[in-house]
Amino acid sequence: MAQVLPAERDLRRVIGDADGAGDREVDGLGEQELLELYRSMVLLRTYDERSVVYHRQGRIGTYAIFWNHEAMQAGAFHALEDEDWIFPSYRESAIGLLRGMPPATVLSWWRGHPAGWWNPEDYRVASICVPIATHVPHAAGLAWGKKLKGETACAVVFFGDGATSEGAFHEGANFAAVTGAPLVLFCNNNHWAISTPLEAQTRAETLADKAVGYGMPGLRVDGTDVLACYEATREAVARARTGGGPTFIEAVSYRTAPHATADDPRAYIDLARVEEEKKRECVGRFEGYLRRAGILHDDLAASIRSEAADAVRAGIADAEAEPPADVELLFAHAYADPPVSFGSDLDELRRTLG
Amino acid sequence: MAELSIVEAINDAFHVELERDPSVMVIGEDVGRAGGVFRATAGLRDRFGPDRCFDTPLAEAGILGSAVGLCMAGWRPVCEMQYDAFSYPCLDQLITHVGRYRWRTGGKMSFPLVVRMPYGGGVRAPELHDDSPETYYVHTPGVKVAVPSTPGDAKGLLAAAIRDPDPVVVLEPKLHYRTLKGDVPEGEHVVPLGRARLARDGTDVTLVAYGSMVPVCEAAADALDGVSVEVLDIRTLKPLDEEALLASAAKTGRVVIVQEAPRTCGFAAELAAILAEKAILELRGPVIRVTGYDVPYPYWQIEDAYMPSVERVTAAVRRLLDF
Repeated sequence: MAQVLPAERDLRRVIGDADGAGDREVDGLGEQELLELYRSMVLLRTYDERSVVYHRQGRIGTYAIFWNHEAMQAGAFHALEDEDWIFPSYRESAIGLLRGMPPATVLSWWRGHPAGWWNPEDYRVASICVPIATHVPHAAGLAWGKKLKGETACAVVFFGDGATSEGAFHEGANFAAVTGAPLVLFCNNNHWAISTPLEAQTRAETLADKAVGYGMPGLRVDGTDVLACYEATREAVARARTGGGPTFIEAVSYRTAPHATADDPRAYIDLARVEEEKKRECVGRFEGYLRRAGILHDDLAASIRSEAADAVRAGIADAEAEPPADVELLFAHAYADPPVSFGSDLDELRRTLG
Repeated sequence: MAELSIVEAINDAFHVELERDPSVMVIGEDVGRAGGVFRATAGLRDRFGPDRCFDTPLAEAGILGSAVGLCMAGWRPVCEMQYDAFSYPCLDQLITHVGRYRWRTGGKMSFPLVVRMPYGGGVRAPELHDDSPETYYVHTPGVKVAVPSTPGDAKGLLAAAIRDPDPVVVLEPKLHYRTLKGDVPEGEHVVPLGRARLARDGTDVTLVAYGSMVPVCEAAADALDGVSVEVLDIRTLKPLDEEALLASAAKTGRVVIVQEAPRTCGFAAELAAILAEKAILELRGPVIRVTGYDVPYPYWQIEDAYMPSVERVTAAVRRLLDF
């Protein structure tokens, strides 16, 4: 039986500005690693901010904003090995960029163009899961399947606070626990599921409490502290890789942006709280940490930002340069071995299109 | 050749396919220790180990959802749903992911999984042990659906499903699991998906059916003195052997389609629509459906009245011949 640890109720923090405590260091993170983390966060932030602009310019479709979620995504990502798998929700749509996926691929996905398809094996990044929590069993199955094959790879699955109300979350978490799957269940608790606040989602005192019911360790971290997210995920991954099974991480943050470009949160959200949270947004917090440590200075920060801006600018140019998708792609990939009717359907479609 | 029941033939297919391909694994409720509530997976856990015949938690969406991940890890999972109507929780995964994931990867990743379940009524069981849910599955893009009616096809179609690169749902006629015996080739035996079986050759009328309705049609054919009845066992609902359907319609000019599921939007409606579109000038009368009714499957004391019977089928044939 797995040992059940009491849920770690106090939020774990490394960056010392939130509670008056000083900055901590994380073992094994030198200057280079810290700057890599920062580069990842800046790339994600730049991608996200530009995507909102591209949406307003009509260059991408509806877009799920992840502003102030970069610490969770980059922190968890850097705790993984290259062989480990990532199962993103739409909130982590761009996490593949950290594995070298071209920005044009993700932008194409949001442009509704088939160039946004990718092979999950190329990046160990599963397809973006649009419905809520239904990818949790996929991650459990992959992690279990890797373990059965004697491979060392783990998986991390990202989902939000609302997802913990879904049956698929429950079934996936329970499957992972029962099979001892090397999985990290990373819950981005930003307190809002579109307009539904956390207190309307659950009567549990904390989401990490749910871990107890699955017989797995659960812990809570400050979701805007990238180093706390990194450290907690690294511990969970180490436990998973050595046969300790899954871990539930509740990363607590606050949604400071609309759910998506189609949403106007002024109808429901606490705007004063949003303004407060924006002041301690995660990229700025980490930047402060790095500056206090003497690792980051203005010139370096500017060059990292411009590198990210160049990458995203090139990405949207590449995405827009994609030729229109041929209607053949309607039929091309639904089956490895398509029914014969697809051929006549395509012929008829081409005739009517002229 | 061995004379086996349908459930024995399924068990035989499992033993052959798990031996042949070490990436095939069976997951489901009670499939391991018990060997399945119908014993379709008997002996697999002992022979291949508990990892390759795995007793899962009681969670149908979790079974199919984890099967998606198992495919990503290189396995070929065969998921047992304990009963037809207990499969409904897995429809979420089937519709939102199983049928779409390959497409979502631009065809780069395959999901060679199988969902199999006993289906259909007539077994005097409690509510929700009797459904014919094939339409839900057939209507879902990206999956294939097979429904065997004989022991040989039960083995061969399951083997084909396991070897297929696409997700396949196999519905097995539980009414005949043990009562219907037939010759089954020993060792490897594959019946290709997408080919109908001419169960009986005839010239006056074609009875089209699949699964547990095939024996009903054969009995109706026996009962129709002086009428030359062809019985076409569709076997694979998707991909459909349209050629065989149209050839038989052209040959006899009269078609009765028999389906156990409720009538509206059932698979018989699809077959009738194909005949209307492509065989209208070959037909000497209307395409007639004999189906279950548009009601919840009834409690078993009155279930016989729900099931398409030999009498209802022969009456439909007489009506068509008199048209």
